[in-house]
Amino acid sequence: MTTKEALYKYVLRLGDDSLILGQRLSELCGHGPILEEDIATTNISLDLIGQATLFLEYAGSLSNEFKTNDELAFLRLEKDYLNVLLVEQPNGHFGDTIMRQFLFDAFRLPLLTKLQDSKDNTLSSIAEKALKETKYHLRHSSEWVVRLGDGTEESHHKIQESLNTLYRYSHELFFVDEADVLLQQEAIIPELDDIKSQWSQTIKDVLEMATLSLPTNNWKFEGGRMGRHSEHMGYLLAEMQYMQRTYPNMEW
Amino acid sequence: MEKVDNKDLEKKFQEKIDQDIKIEPNDWMPDNYRDTLIRQISQHAHSEVVGMLPEGNWITRAPNLRRKAVLLAKVQDEAGHGLYLYSAVETLGADREDTIDDLHSGKAKYSSIFNYPTLTWADMGAIGWLVDGAAIMNQVPLCRCSYGPYARAMVRVCKEESFHQRQGFEVMTKLAAGTPEQKEMAQDALNRFWWPALMMFGPNDADSKHTEQSMKWKIKRHTNDELRQQFVNVTVPQAEMIGLTVPDKDIKWNDSKNGYDFGAINWDEFWQVVGGNGPCNQERVEARRKAKENGSWVVEAAAAFANKRMKKTA
Ligand SMILES: [Fe+2]
Ligand SMILES: [Fe+2]
Ligand SMILES: [Fe+2]
Repeated sequence: MTTKEALYKYVLRLGDDSLILGQRLSELCGHGPILEEDIATTNISLDLIGQATLFLEYAGSLSNEFKTNDELAFLRLEKDYLNVLLVEQPNGHFGDTIMRQFLFDAFRLPLLTKLQDSKDNTLSSIAEKALKETKYHLRHSSEWVVRLGDGTEESHHKIQESLNTLYRYSHELFFVDEADVLLQQEAIIPELDDIKSQWSQTIKDVLEMATLSLPTNNWKFEGGRMGRHSEHMGYLLAEMQYMQRTYPNMEW
Repeated sequence: MEKVDNKDLEKKFQEKIDQDIKIEPNDWMPDNYRDTLIRQISQHAHSEVVGMLPEGNWITRAPNLRRKAVLLAKVQDEAGHGLYLYSAVETLGADREDTIDDLHSGKAKYSSIFNYPTLTWADMGAIGWLVDGAAIMNQVPLCRCSYGPYARAMVRVCKEESFHQRQGFEVMTKLAAGTPEQKEMAQDALNRFWWPALMMFGPNDADSKHTEQSMKWKIKRHTNDELRQQFVNVTVPQAEMIGLTVPDKDIKWNDSKNGYDFGAINWDEFWQVVGGNGPCNQERVEARRKAKENGSWVVEAAAAFANKRMKKTA
């Protein structure tokens, strides 16, 4: 594997995480629990679609047969999407949506912070832009985790359930394969040790404020990073790819 | 005694209006003026929020990343318009949640255009072009409305609406210049949205029960028919420019009125849709009601949390 091939795969993974989570959140537009939250969720979705646009544009330029970001976003087979399973999980209720977001943001923030120092200039400049947005996302999601956790009995129960269900997907955020190792050696991407400990600290702090506890079930799901998805993914893609598949080779 | 005072106040109020002095929340105003505004502004707010649904229907299926982002941003703007307008309603002493409950119970109305389904991607173009376009015609005069908070909200809203209108027209332009399938999709969207867009201006002047009083109070500056004519005059040449045909055989330029003549509107359809029998009335209100219902535990949690924090710091 060459550096370029490894980088392609890595950037695609970042782009797919943003794309699929952005797509999930966009389903909620117009259906938020209150108007202010509808606006916030749409805003986060918009940021993520923006990040996906940049990451996938870069990935496309690294691919062997040059591809546009739209081709990558809309015309791959399911097995070629490399997002973590966490981001493709259904929105569920508001607590599920927030918990999924929180587990993701808590990882993205330290990752993007370190990626700013990447030897790869394009990657570092996308990271810098995305970091600004992610700081806001994490503040937003952690505030809601605390509010729901320490709100009513009902909300506490609901968000604890969300955590119990979603926590086992968080492990995959720290997935490493030969592409990552190669890029780490060349200082293009950071090692994950610090990022993992920062992530754990954020989770610990926020859950404590929220009076929530980590689930005892320690089962760890993975597969998305290797293109092995959950049953939800096919439906998400069917919807997202609908226009491109129905009307091939047209401009919009 | 009191009656005389009220008459005096009413006279002074009308003088202010006649001199184009804005009425502000703490100024005296006749009850009817207040009620008319609460009704009109809350209906406008509901229209913004219900209006998110037909376009929200296509966000997950937008054909490329740029269109997806633009559509998300647009629908988000509409939510923002809803917020400013609910704030304007609250300056009149009404409660936002009460007015929303009136929407959910069917008591309050919203623009009936949003009761039509969005069936293809081209509908995103048609809505921006025609629906936001018609909204601008209605709302630009409202920037000079006699009630200060409403007028100021409209200034912000209109800037964004004209941006939406241009984006919608751009979507249509692209489709009309595209493949035969795309052009057909664009024409079909125009066919379906043209007449409902004309209905957005409301009944003919002769049948409009609020127009006269609203004009006197300068809540309204032009009649429904004047605005509708203006919309037709602007929009017909735009359709021609991109090679689409407005679905009205009676469209004809009329030199003597310096505008287009156009065919009769199917008012029966209009009243049916206003009355709740449009293709999507039930789904739209149901979606909004569900959003509130499903979100109630979240709102309660936020309130309970804020309460606990207040006690802690107290
Ligand atoms: Fe609007
Ligand atoms: Fe509007
Ligand atoms: Fe708009």
